[in-house]
Amino acid sequence: MAYDKFTVLTSTAVPLPIENVDTDQIIPARFLKATERKSFGDNLFRDWRYNADDSPKQDFVLNNPIYTGKILVAGKNFGSGSSREHAAWALYDYGFRCVVSSFFADIFKGNSLNIGLLPVTVSPEFLDKIFTAIEADPNTQIEVSLPEQTITILATGELEPFVINGYKKHNMLNGFDDIDYLQAMKAEIQQFVETSVY
Amino acid sequence: MSNSLSTLFDKVWDAHVVRKIEDGPDVLFIDRHFIHEVTSPVAFLGMESRGVKVLFPERTFATADHNTPTINQHLPVKDALSANQLDALERNTAKYGISHWGLGNPKNGIVHVVGPENGITQPGMTIVCGDSHTSTHGAFGAIAFGIGTSEVEMVLSSQCIMQPKPKKMRISVNGMLSKAVTPKDVILYIIAKISASGATGYFVEYAGDVFENMSMEGRMTVCNMSIEMGARGGMIAPDETTFNYINGREKAPKGEAWDKALAYWQTLKTDEGATFDKEYTFSAADIEPMITYGTNPGMGLGISQHIPKAFDLEGGVSSYEKALSYMGFHEEDAMIGKPVDYVFIGSCTNGRIEDFRAFASIVKGRKKADNVTAWIVPGSHIVEQQIKEEGILDILTEAGFELRQPGCSACLAMNDDKVPKGKYAVSTSNRNFEGRQGPGARTLLASPLMAAAAAVTGVVTDPRELI
Repeated sequence: MAYDKFTVLTSTAVPLPIENVDTDQIIPARFLKATERKSFGDNLFRDWRYNADDSPKQDFVLNNPIYTGKILVAGKNFGSGSSREHAAWALYDYGFRCVVSSFFADIFKGNSLNIGLLPVTVSPEFLDKIFTAIEADPNTQIEVSLPEQTITILATGELEPFVINGYKKHNMLNGFDDIDYLQAMKAEIQQFVETSVY
Repeated sequence: MSNSLSTLFDKVWDAHVVRKIEDGPDVLFIDRHFIHEVTSPVAFLGMESRGVKVLFPERTFATADHNTPTINQHLPVKDALSANQLDALERNTAKYGISHWGLGNPKNGIVHVVGPENGITQPGMTIVCGDSHTSTHGAFGAIAFGIGTSEVEMVLSSQCIMQPKPKKMRISVNGMLSKAVTPKDVILYIIAKISASGATGYFVEYAGDVFENMSMEGRMTVCNMSIEMGARGGMIAPDETTFNYINGREKAPKGEAWDKALAYWQTLKTDEGATFDKEYTFSAADIEPMITYGTNPGMGLGISQHIPKAFDLEGGVSSYEKALSYMGFHEEDAMIGKPVDYVFIGSCTNGRIEDFRAFASIVKGRKKADNVTAWIVPGSHIVEQQIKEEGILDILTEAGFELRQPGCSACLAMNDDKVPKGKYAVSTSNRNFEGRQGPGARTLLASPLMAAAAAVTGVVTDPRELI
C-alpha cells in the first residue's frame, strides 16, 4: 500500500512516557477482525483512550487537546509483543508519521519501516530532554530530518543523529517498498530455488 | 567476523540468503510459510491491487485458529467479523491453491501446534508466519520468526523477505531441574533474568543439558517464548530427540529422502569455538516453579518469593507502579494464596499433549475448586484425540472440568473466551499484557502444573505441595 514519502517532518509531539508499550495496548486483539486496512486509527490505544462505555478517558494523552502532532514520543521498548502490523497501521492512520523512543521492539520497527512510519531511536538522555521540553511547552517543535538523519528540538537547537540503513532510507524518501523490490528479482529467486534443500 | 567457525544460526541463515544488499537487509528465502485468518487478508488484498500471484503455493500452509470458537465448532460462527475473516481465508487459499486446514478439518488447530505435529517443520528450514510465536518452530533447529502483514505479502508473492541479519546470543542452562520445574518455568526464569527486552536485536540459541534432555514439546514451549524477551527467535540444535519426533509424520521425508535429510540435519550444530555476540549461563538448580505478577512476561518470580520493591529494580518506576496497580498487587506481597477466578490451559505455548498430561497429574483424584472457571483447550484436534485416548479426558471429567475444542482461545481472547474485568486468571499462555485476555483481565503466567494447582485449590498454590 502506498505511503507518504518522508523527508523532513517538523511538528509538535505527543508524549507517552511509559516503558514496554506493547502492541496489545497500541491496538487490542479484538480490533484485528477487519479484512481491509481501514479505520484502525479509531481504535489506537483503545483501552487506554476509552472507558468500557466508549467515553474518553480524560487523563490519557490523546484525549488532552494541548498535545497534538505527527510525532509520538514514547518510553523504551516501544512496540513489544505481537507481530501485528495493525499496530503500525493504527499509528499511521491516526496521523503519526514518526515514533521516537530510546528502544524499539524488532518486529514493530520493521513493520513501521515497511509502511512509512519512521521509528527514530535516540539515547535515553535525549529522550528525557524531549519529554522535558514538551512538558515545559506542549507547542515545542521537533524536526526530524531523514536526509540528514537528525532529530532536533527547535527551540533549543539541541540535536542528535539517528541510524537507519541506506536501503530503508532510500525507500522512505521515495515511498518505495520491499514488495516492489522483490518483484523485480523474481528470476534470481527462481534460480535460487533450484539449489535449495527444501 | 574473521572467525570462520559458524553457529547453528549462521549455517541456516547463510544457506538462505538470495542476495545481500549493501548497507541494507539480506534477501532471505523462506522454505515454509504459515498463514492464519487474522494477519493474511490484507496481504491477499495487496497482491490483488498489484496484480501479482502466489509464487509457490505449495510452500504456504493455512489454518484457522485466532478467531475460532472453542465450543460448537460444527455450528456457523456467530461473530460476523470473525466469520468474515474465516471466509476470507477459505476464499483466498482456494483461489491460489494453498493447503487450508479450516474449522472442522481433522488437522485444524493452532498454527504452531499443527505445523510440527504434521511434520511440516523440519531442521534447517526458514519458517515465517504473521504471528510472533512462530519462534516455536526453532525447537527443531529451524530459523523461525514472526512477521508483519507486508512481509506476509512479500512471502506469498516472492517467497522471500528482507531482513538485516540479527546478532547472536547463546543462553545455556545446565544441571538438573528440580521437582515440578517444567520447560515453562525455565523460560519464564530466563525472561525474568534478562527482562522483556533483554534479547531485542538478537537471535537466541538455547544450549546445555537442560535443553538436551528436554522433550520436543518442552523445547517448543521454550522457543515459543523467545519473543517475550525481545528476541526475534530462538533455536535448539536438532538431535536424536528431534529426529525421532519427526520420523513417520505425514510431511516428513520418507525412505531415501529421509536418509539424505538426516545426514544434513546432523551437520546442524554450532561449531566448537564459534562466537556469539552475547552469552548467558544459568544453573538449573536455581529455578523453582515460576509465576508472573505484572504486565509483561519479564515480571516473573519463583513461587516462594515476594513481589520486589520498585527501587530494587532498574529504572521505569512509574511503569512498574502502573503495572502493580493494574494487577491490584503491592510491593512485597507473597504470591502464594493470591486469588484465582479463571484457569486457562492451552495456547501455542502449552497446548500440547505433554501439557495436558502434567495438568492431569495434579488434577487426578481432586476436584475443581468452585470459585474457578476453567478453560481446557487443546492445541489441535490431534492433541484432543490424544487426550481422549490416553484417558486424560476421564480424569478431567471426574474432577469437574470440561474439554473444549482447539484454538488460540483465551490466550488473546479474540473469540468469546474472555476473562472479565478485574478477574485473575492463572494462564499457561505467553503474555500477561494489560487486557490481553479481555479488557481489564489480570493474567498470571505459569506452567500447566501451577495452573492445575490453582484450579483445584482456588488460589495461587505451590504445585510442589500437590505432587
